[in-house]
Amino acid sequence: MDQKHVHPLLVKYARIGAYKQPHCPGCGNGIVAQCMLRAIDELKLDMDKIVFASGIGCSSWIPSPLFNADVLHTTHGRSLAFATGVKLSNPELRVVVFTGDGDSAAIGGNHLIQAARKNIEILTVLVNNRIYGMTGGQVAPTTPHGVKTKTTPYGNLEYPFDLCKLVEAAGASYVARWTTFHTRQLVSSMKKGLLKKGFSFIEVISQCPVQYGTFVGIRDPAEMLHIFRKISVPFEKAKNMSREELEGKIVIGEFVDIERTGLAEAYQRLLEMMNL
Amino acid sequence: MSSGANKIIEPGTHFLMGNEACALGAVVAGCKFFAFYPITPANEIAEYMSVLLPKVKGIYIQMEDEISSIASVIGASWAGRKAMTATSGPGFTLMQENIGYAVATETPCVIVDVQRCGPSTGTPPLPMQGDVYQAKYGSHSEYPIIALAPSSVKEMFTLTIESFNLAEKYRTPVILLSDALVGHLMETFEIPDLSQIEIVERKKPDKETSDAKYFLDEDVAPMPVFGCGYKAHVTGSTHDEKGLRNVEDPVYVDKVVRALHRKIEKHKENIVKVETKFLDDAEIALLTYGSVARTAIHVVNQARKTGIKVGIIRLITLWPFPDVQVQSAARKTGRIVVMENNLGQVVNKVSEVAAKYADVKFLPPRIIGSLHEPEYVINFLKEVY
Ligand SMILES: Cc1ncc(C[n+]2csc(CCOP(=O)(O)OP(=O)(O)O)c2C)c(N)n1
Ligand code: SF4
Ligand SMILES: [Mg+2]
Repeated sequence: MDQKHVHPLLVKYARIGAYKQPHCPGCGNGIVAQCMLRAIDELKLDMDKIVFASGIGCSSWIPSPLFNADVLHTTHGRSLAFATGVKLSNPELRVVVFTGDGDSAAIGGNHLIQAARKNIEILTVLVNNRIYGMTGGQVAPTTPHGVKTKTTPYGNLEYPFDLCKLVEAAGASYVARWTTFHTRQLVSSMKKGLLKKGFSFIEVISQCPVQYGTFVGIRDPAEMLHIFRKISVPFEKAKNMSREELEGKIVIGEFVDIERTGLAEAYQRLLEMMNL
Repeated sequence: MSSGANKIIEPGTHFLMGNEACALGAVVAGCKFFAFYPITPANEIAEYMSVLLPKVKGIYIQMEDEISSIASVIGASWAGRKAMTATSGPGFTLMQENIGYAVATETPCVIVDVQRCGPSTGTPPLPMQGDVYQAKYGSHSEYPIIALAPSSVKEMFTLTIESFNLAEKYRTPVILLSDALVGHLMETFEIPDLSQIEIVERKKPDKETSDAKYFLDEDVAPMPVFGCGYKAHVTGSTHDEKGLRNVEDPVYVDKVVRALHRKIEKHKENIVKVETKFLDDAEIALLTYGSVARTAIHVVNQARKTGIKVGIIRLITLWPFPDVQVQSAARKTGRIVVMENNLGQVVNKVSEVAAKYADVKFLPPRIIGSLHEPEYVINFLKEVY
């Protein structure tokens, strides 16, 4: 491909032969990918010392195969468990997981909770498009109440997860939520997460114009971003709002930012002590 | 990474439980990562590993389930460590999806299945050989596997090392198919001078290669280590030699499935091991493996005293199936009695490969989950002799 027409971040960070993205036009995954590459670029990190792991779903294709680094594209829901093995085995490597709401809030839910509890030094970016995108638009544990999907033709009877609260309660060191509209904040959060010495979790509310968009009747990605902006409420402001007032809103911001020894570092200390 | 085993393991006579011998074998083989979820009758392996591994700069982690145990083992393997997990039936079932992933991504790792009784929760402390098929066919679609069956505490040590060697050599998961009897058995065995034990290390790529082919070589592609600049792309999706996903062209499905099979098939001669005794003049062969082989050896000695010319063929490798060796025993004897602690698993494979050369009979124990009584076996032999 003629490099003139390729984004400079891609020229620098894309795997040769993998410029072509697998996502639908207007999908939020491209924004998330760009934010991550920007964060890496601004921090001047060495891609050879980052391992990207992901599960199964459209969002799990963000680093795979695009990112020119070691990429472990795993099984559905299990990427955090694979990544735990990588991080413990070589604590010098930065480990970043890309996952979806189905991937880590449904099938891999326990791995998410346990990874947060273990405070293993992994940055997890969960792209929450509130639907199972890859399999064709089935209801997810993040789909809002009442929304019709392929498998809730009469409306969703269940209620969605607040994943940030879940991960905070489980013990993560860094927790934040943004939308694909809030790219500057997202890049800044990703930079923090990349440097954090504990479990970091960033939930990105993202647009899936093709599946979710069809069901809620908004197929224009730009309109979706506009709505994200409108319905987002900063964490500080949300504190003084009632449950009713927060209905249908997206609370954004940094929820947790603490320092606590991560598992890989704790293990290294043990090994040093035992092998003096 | 040096195993460091000589710091903590003394050569000489040891009196240990099979599961403990397995842990020692793993450390000698250079295992540096072990993940586990508690389950009877495999717990002693993990308990011992949690003590041993930190002493040799290895990592022990208890995961949230068996799915994540095998997942973290695969991650550790790509980060360059020799890695193992252990479990029993219910956990082995949970591992199946990721065992398939390890096969597809050509990830060396060792899975110990200390088999227990019954479907579902069954009877945890009792032995059974019910997972022979699960070891080969448990994960979806078609794939080759290597599985070994230890018969003694000594073999829990030696075959654990062999499992690692095969895993590293052929870039594949290897299953050590033990059972509650061998796992909990206590015996003495000799650990030789560690320098005399062959330890295989995986082949790593030459750094200078730009046209990096890390997958789908029937002679085993070199395996990159994460963090060393190889920019490896590892996926369980259908992929090419570079690991890049290709799910559009069915030709790649054919390529992956065949290449994975050929990698094991082509080297079968070097992988497969059986042990035979008294086969030369035998008119009947007892075919067995694992814990049941212990009874069989005893029976053969007894029966020979009463004039029954019986020999034994003990399968050390269950998968890939030792068809050449079984056929040779069949040709020699014309009669094979398959002894196993189940309602008939290996016997089907024996019939498939040897029925045209020998009369194949099956002998389960009187009570599944218990040992074959020697007398019961001898009476059976007299009947068919
Ligand atoms: C064990 C297993 N079950 C089901 C599937 C099918 N599957 C593929 S992607 C997917 C959903 C992914 O949803 P999500 O994580 O939200 O990702 P998205 O595509 O929305 O980004 C499912 C169920 C699978 N690959 N593996
Ligand atoms: S289906 Fe939705 S989430 Fe998947 S690539 Fe298309 S737009 Fe993106
Ligand atoms: Mg989704």
